Amino acid sequence: MQPGTLSTFLKRGAIWGFIVLELIFFSVAGEFLSLSEKAFMDFDNMLLLFKQSAPIGIIAMGMTVIMINGNIDLSVGATYAICAIVLLDAMSWPVFAGLGDAVIPVAWLLALLTGVALGALNGLIVWKTGVDAFIVTLGSMLGYRGLVFMYNGEQPTSHLNWTLVDFAEAQFLWLHTATWFLLIVTAVIWFLMNRTVHGRNAYAIGDNREAAVNAGIRVGPHMMINFMIIGFLAALSAVVFYSESGSVNPNDGELYELWVITAVVLGGTKLAGGAGSIVSTFGGVLAIQLLRKGLAHIGADTSTVNLVIGLILIAVLFLDRQLNVKGKEELKI
Amino acid sequence: MTDDTPALRLEGIVKTFPGVRALDGVSFSVMPGEVHALMGENGAGKSTLMKVLGGIHQPDAGKIIVGERPVVMSGPLEAKAKGIVFIHQELSLAEELTVAENIYLGELPRKRFGLVDWDRLYARTDAILKKLKVSFDARTRVGDLSIANQQMVEIARALTVEAKAVIFDEPTASLTDAEKVVLFDVIADLQSAGVGIIYISHRMEEIFKITDRISVLRDGQYRGTLDTAETTEEEVTQLMIGRSLDLSRNVSHHTLGDVALEVRGLSCGPLFQEIDFEVRSGEVVGFYGLVGAGRTEIAETLFGLRDPSAGSILLDGAEVRINSPADAIALGISLVPEDRKGQGLVLGMNCRDNMTLPQVDDLTAGPFVAEGSEVAIFDQYRDKLDIRTPGWKQLVGNLSGGNQQKIVIGKWLSMHPRVLIVDEPTRGIDVGSKSEIHNLIRDLAAQGYAVIVISSEMPEVLHVSDRIVAMYSGRIMRTFTSDEVTEDNLIQAISGIRSTGRVA
Repeated sequence: MQPGTLSTFLKRGAIWGFIVLELIFFSVAGEFLSLSEKAFMDFDNMLLLFKQSAPIGIIAMGMTVIMINGNIDLSVGATYAICAIVLLDAMSWPVFAGLGDAVIPVAWLLALLTGVALGALNGLIVWKTGVDAFIVTLGSMLGYRGLVFMYNGEQPTSHLNWTLVDFAEAQFLWLHTATWFLLIVTAVIWFLMNRTVHGRNAYAIGDNREAAVNAGIRVGPHMMINFMIIGFLAALSAVVFYSESGSVNPNDGELYELWVITAVVLGGTKLAGGAGSIVSTFGGVLAIQLLRKGLAHIGADTSTVNLVIGLILIAVLFLDRQLNVKGKEELKI
Repeated sequence: MTDDTPALRLEGIVKTFPGVRALDGVSFSVMPGEVHALMGENGAGKSTLMKVLGGIHQPDAGKIIVGERPVVMSGPLEAKAKGIVFIHQELSLAEELTVAENIYLGELPRKRFGLVDWDRLYARTDAILKKLKVSFDARTRVGDLSIANQQMVEIARALTVEAKAVIFDEPTASLTDAEKVVLFDVIADLQSAGVGIIYISHRMEEIFKITDRISVLRDGQYRGTLDTAETTEEEVTQLMIGRSLDLSRNVSHHTLGDVALEVRGLSCGPLFQEIDFEVRSGEVVGFYGLVGAGRTEIAETLFGLRDPSAGSILLDGAEVRINSPADAIALGISLVPEDRKGQGLVLGMNCRDNMTLPQVDDLTAGPFVAEGSEVAIFDQYRDKLDIRTPGWKQLVGNLSGGNQQKIVIGKWLSMHPRVLIVDEPTRGIDVGSKSEIHNLIRDLAAQGYAVIVISSEMPEVLHVSDRIVAMYSGRIMRTFTSDEVTEDNLIQAISGIRSTGRVA
């Protein structure tokens, strides 16, 4: 075995091993601790788990792209809330009154365009000012959230369209609509990152920006496209979720950015950029959702769930660092 | 040479940076099928010239002519499109990507809809790799390759396009002899295909083996071109160093004390091996070598920033273990680092606080920092080192380079060290302050400190050192006393030539 093979194997496969471990643990613990009669690995329960993974999962795919590219986007939660408001509010706008149910695709389109525009704004600022994406999106996180509150104050924005609810609750081949969206997004983003020139250049930029510049790759436009992708996906996530729920609170989507980043990092994407895998992010999303659901199943409350996830995240990153130490000659800083 | 039109011609290139005239009217030309060496000391302007050629810097004046047409290079891709290919010295690779992706970085072959044409990419790459006779294939992850193989990946980039001119910047720095042979074959192939080659290297033996002509830069100025067949190493060396610089050797010798620091067989992985030397109190030992020869790494090891893989360090005859800078300071070893602003100072803090940084834990009055004794220390070393500053409240970021360096030196003197290591003491410092720092170093030795000076500037090491250690790729080539050293034998030693007999 070549040096590095083991750590590569651990890194690639770790998240799936972790998921198996979770499944076993919660199945066994559930037998003794759960108040419910049903087994944890009940088929319907698992289908529900996929569905509940979708809102975070769809955004996490975009975040993987952004982080591979060497950036980060903290504004996804606020973007998500804005797009939800656009979606629900647009359906009651007088302009579209004559459309009937044809308003649905129009509202979807508007919400998605909003997401792309907000992402493009982030990307443009990062590109043109050279300010770190962390700072730019920290600002836009606050700013976009401000827009949400300006729109309707503390009041929720609601509009329930039963055609839409039916669509969102439909199951095709057992899987819910939201699950399908998650799977399709995962496949498309995987294809983008592994098969297209844009995707490979995004890897190169995140890995060694100077080398990318030396090779004549135009760094700025690539970064902007990636911010538009994550904006689009935050909007898509909102569209999928709020088509069903029909009501958005101005606080919705808060801390989403952190859950998303947690899932991506658990999936093995490097914070520094250049390395990461879409499939592993999918695993990270499932692992977090399993933890939340499993701990709830055995009777733990939300605060315990957060504590456990936090501990696991730090443990994973520590393990990753141990596997990546370059050797004893390394400069100690 | 196949015809009379140069493949690439530079005319009167001028490039100034704030305060520095990095290139001052540089002109030279490369004929098709010629290997043209570009030589010069560190900082002579070679890298800047290459950056101008690659479109990373725009020249303030002068023309770049490819074939017969003057061109403006707006960026690296444009340079490549015009047939100018760079093989960088620092590896410019993305480690997580495959060999093929790195070789075609920035211009992956495409199918419709922006898809990568993997078949074509791998086929082309494997063809190139076959020519290079390497042991890895197109699908290997670059991060899994050795440094030498990574260098071969970098070299493979030269073969991706119909190049008119290829620039090799120190390509052999990390290659083994066997790989060098392959590289020289590649160069010979390119040559016979009528490509003009610019070959930047410090290694005389290579230069004389493969080049046709040699152009020399010194202090940003073009110093002339020699036909390799009709010149000698001495002539080139002379052209590189010039006579205008003050090359006076250190003549003052003080009485030396006991051995303060002794290093035996010190190694640190691939960075340096089998290092033996000693420094007496009252002595200045200069370490001279090319960038990357391992000098700074030795200093970092002595200061506890790296763990040695073998060997021992003796202070006053007793073996010591240094695990951290805190250990080193406690033992009386101080390091004035290479990057003054990044590693030596906290630019946003005032002069006094910077000066007392390592000992502020001890300067307390009850639970508080004893401001009075801090100011007293600052005043003492300000007077001793003649630091010119309006007062201790001045932020060090606002001081001149020379005064900043004195603050760093004062900081360590106030810790009363036995051994003072000074890495590139006058980098980025103007000429007047330079000699002041040099005198200061001599004075410190006279007061009984054992001083190690690491420098890439020959006049500097000649000027301040009692003895000079010449290093070449992680090893000590030879140790000179200030009486036996000459510019020629020093340059030869750091270029890896052992012609002059005696080896340390």
